[in-house]
Amino acid sequence: MSKVSMKGLADWVEYRLPYRDFVRNHLTQYWAPKNFNFWYYFGSLALIVLVIQIVSGILLTMNYKPDAAKAFDSIEYIMRDVNFGWLIRYVHSTGASMFFVVIYLHMLRAMLYGSYRNPRELLWIIGMIIYVLLMAEAFMGYLLPWGQTSYWGAQVIVNLFATLPVIGEDVSVFIRGDYAISDVTLNRFFALHVVALPLLLLGLVFLHLAALHTHGSNNPDGVEIKLNKDESGKPKDGIAFHPYYTIKDSFGAVVFLAFFTPIVFFAPELNGYFLEFANFVPADALKTPEHIAPLWYFTPFYSILRAVPPFFNTQVWGVLAMGASIGVFFLLPWLDRSPVKSIRYKGVYTKIAMVLFGISFIVLGVLGTLPPTDLRQILAQVFSVVYFAFFLLMPWYSKAEKCKPVPERVS
Amino acid sequence: MSADKKRRQALTLASLSGGAVAVAGVAGAFGMSLAPSRRTKGEGAPVEVSLAQVEPSKLRIVSWRRKPVWILKRTQEQIDSLQETADLADPDSESSEQPDYCRNATRSIKPEMFVAIGICTHLGCSPAAAFPQGFLCACHGSYFDMAGRVFAGSPAPTNLPIPEHYFTEHGTLVIGVAAEEASV
Repeated sequence: MSKVSMKGLADWVEYRLPYRDFVRNHLTQYWAPKNFNFWYYFGSLALIVLVIQIVSGILLTMNYKPDAAKAFDSIEYIMRDVNFGWLIRYVHSTGASMFFVVIYLHMLRAMLYGSYRNPRELLWIIGMIIYVLLMAEAFMGYLLPWGQTSYWGAQVIVNLFATLPVIGEDVSVFIRGDYAISDVTLNRFFALHVVALPLLLLGLVFLHLAALHTHGSNNPDGVEIKLNKDESGKPKDGIAFHPYYTIKDSFGAVVFLAFFTPIVFFAPELNGYFLEFANFVPADALKTPEHIAPLWYFTPFYSILRAVPPFFNTQVWGVLAMGASIGVFFLLPWLDRSPVKSIRYKGVYTKIAMVLFGISFIVLGVLGTLPPTDLRQILAQVFSVVYFAFFLLMPWYSKAEKCKPVPERVS
Repeated sequence: MSADKKRRQALTLASLSGGAVAVAGVAGAFGMSLAPSRRTKGEGAPVEVSLAQVEPSKLRIVSWRRKPVWILKRTQEQIDSLQETADLADPDSESSEQPDYCRNATRSIKPEMFVAIGICTHLGCSPAAAFPQGFLCACHGSYFDMAGRVFAGSPAPTNLPIPEHYFTEHGTLVIGVAAEEASV
């Protein structure tokens, strides 16, 4: 086709669907702060992992059977007989864990630089909803191989709802569609995992980006670049997203894949952290494996659940504490009363609190993978208190501390 | 207000309320489809187990409503161990689940025959025989004695539930129904 007719076709489309406007507004004349650093890779990486999960997931669906009598065997069939089935499955299982690696770093970035602060509170809340749905997506996906940890993990998590007073038992039966985890449960988790939740996730990712592009990204200095514009209306400290950040992000994507692919090829189970060993045994409703723990990305919250002892003949307090440990993230925009956004200009209290929070998150995560002992129980209780103190004392320490002056423009 | 505007408001109200009724109706029906179906409910029938193979002190596990049900013939030593109740959270099974005919010192119909649902009352893992006189749920560290009574300090809030059951004249055990209900 000649150049002229290509141009003609493009004009024809543009008249009916103004894509050039879109490209201009969101790529070539979308001004992003010029000082993005390493931490700003993880948003685009999350998008890449989402695509990896959707593509590998669709291919898995073509050979998987959501039936308690056939599910485990169909996974073995994928692993052994489907051409490159092992690759597709390991990409999907590794992708699930890497999704959480990327999302946790993405959230940490927002916490370091105050990206949840005014006017980006909704952006943060939509992101948190995505995170919670992602946990549901991962949990339901983990039942599908119908191995021992699939079965007993689902049993424990669904029973969390049974601890609610009065309605608890009925709620858990309603979730399972049966009195125990069964074929009925497997079938509905399959429907939710491959249809309902991905649709919701895609919709929320769209809203997340729409909210992001309304005020633009925050940056490591936490100053609004739109307050300093040149005569043409372009922020002085902004650069075009395309080509500058598309190139930066594609470099990041390749580095990410350099971590991702060795896991897929050489250590897809990652010593039981990405795929648990007991899950290579088919589900047995009469026997719990010796030691069950959730996958690593749930273990900090799981530790908090175990740390709270029962009172008044009910275990609901641990469940409530676990819910609160996730729910409290939603309140972050209103707990932070600091006059500055970025950790670069915050005072020493916030820096100490961030380090303590990081330590408690990791310690709780490690404890959650181990069987409970008396010492570990006490450790889990201490670090659960530190975890909550980081959030609940924030209105005071973030306000009381002495902050450094924030520069007019990004440095 | 003009007649046009009134009409428009009436129409808006009528269509909105009509739509709301339709949505509520469909949501109810669709929601109820998630509750256990008739077939699922029908699968909860009682099961009958022969006791010919049950050896003393050897835990036998059978499936009833897809839950593990334990059958254990306790030795005299194990029955005697039930008298130590000092460390138990609910020694008299007051807040635990069992039929009235099993609310006794051994939590059973016959002192030696222990029948229980082997599902921890904490979060539903199945405990295993772990130490000489009891069971341990390895998931979250709950300890139970030889009558399924939980030791204080365990995360499990109550004792292991005992299902309805009875022993027949021809040496079998029926799980899921009490003797008087079964004969009716």
